[in-house]
Amino acid sequence: MSTGFASARDGGVVAEFDPAEVSILRSLVEMLLGIVEPGETGDDPLERALGIGSGTSRLPADPVLARLFPSAYEDEEQATEFRRYTEASLRDAKRADAQTMLDTADSGRVELSPEQAQAWMRSLNDVRLALGTRLEVTEEIHDEIAEMSEDDPRYPAFVTYDWLTYLQDTLVRALW
Amino acid sequence: MSYVTYVFQTVFGYSREKAEKLMMDVHHKGKAVVSNGAREEMERDVQILHSYGLWATVQRDSA
Repeated sequence: MSTGFASARDGGVVAEFDPAEVSILRSLVEMLLGIVEPGETGDDPLERALGIGSGTSRLPADPVLARLFPSAYEDEEQATEFRRYTEASLRDAKRADAQTMLDTADSGRVELSPEQAQAWMRSLNDVRLALGTRLEVTEEIHDEIAEMSEDDPRYPAFVTYDWLTYLQDTLVRALW
Repeated sequence: MSYVTYVFQTVFGYSREKAEKLMMDVHHKGKAVVSNGAREEMERDVQILHSYGLWATVQRDSA
C-alpha cells in the first residue's frame, strides 16, 4: 500500500503508487467525470461568456450530485438564482481537476506541481464525497470496517474510501 | 479533518489555530460561521468553498 504523499522541491509533492492503486484512482475519477457533466450555459452569448446557466437548475435529485453541488441558500428561489450563476463554472472546474488527476496518475513515482497538487486535493475530495454518499458512510467508518467481514460485498468499497481519506490527508500535510 | 482546516486557512487566510477551531465546530455542531460580511462577498466565499467540496450556505446574520 502506498505511503501517500510527501513534500517535494518547489512546493510540489511526490508519491509512489502501485498499478492496482492507480487503476482504482483512475476508475473512480472516470466515474466522477461520468456523473459531473460539463456546465451548460444558456444560448445568449453574453450569458455563455459569463458562465450563466439556463435558469432551470434545481438541486439535483441524485444525492451524490446534490452533495457536490449543494444549495447555497435555504430559500429555494435564492438557491436557484445562485446556482444559475455558479453551477456551470463549478462543473467545469471539477471536471478540469479530475482531468488533471487522470493526466498525472501513473504507477511508480508521481511528482505534482503545486497547482496539480491542489487539483488532486480537490478531486480526491470530490471522489471521496461521491463514494461516501453512495456508501452512506458515517463518522463510525473505522468501527464499521473493523466489524465488517471481508466477504461483505461492501468491504472493498469501504476500504477504498478509507484509503482515499488517508491519501488526501497525506497530501494536505505535504502541502502545509 | 486536516483538509477542512487547510481549506479554511487557504481561503480565508486564518491562522492554523482559528481554522482548526472552526473545523472542530463543524465536526461537533455540524456547522460553523466561517465568514461574515456583505452578501456579494459571502456569495463569493460560498462559491470558493463549493469548489473545495465544502457544504457552505449564505445566511442573513441573525444577531
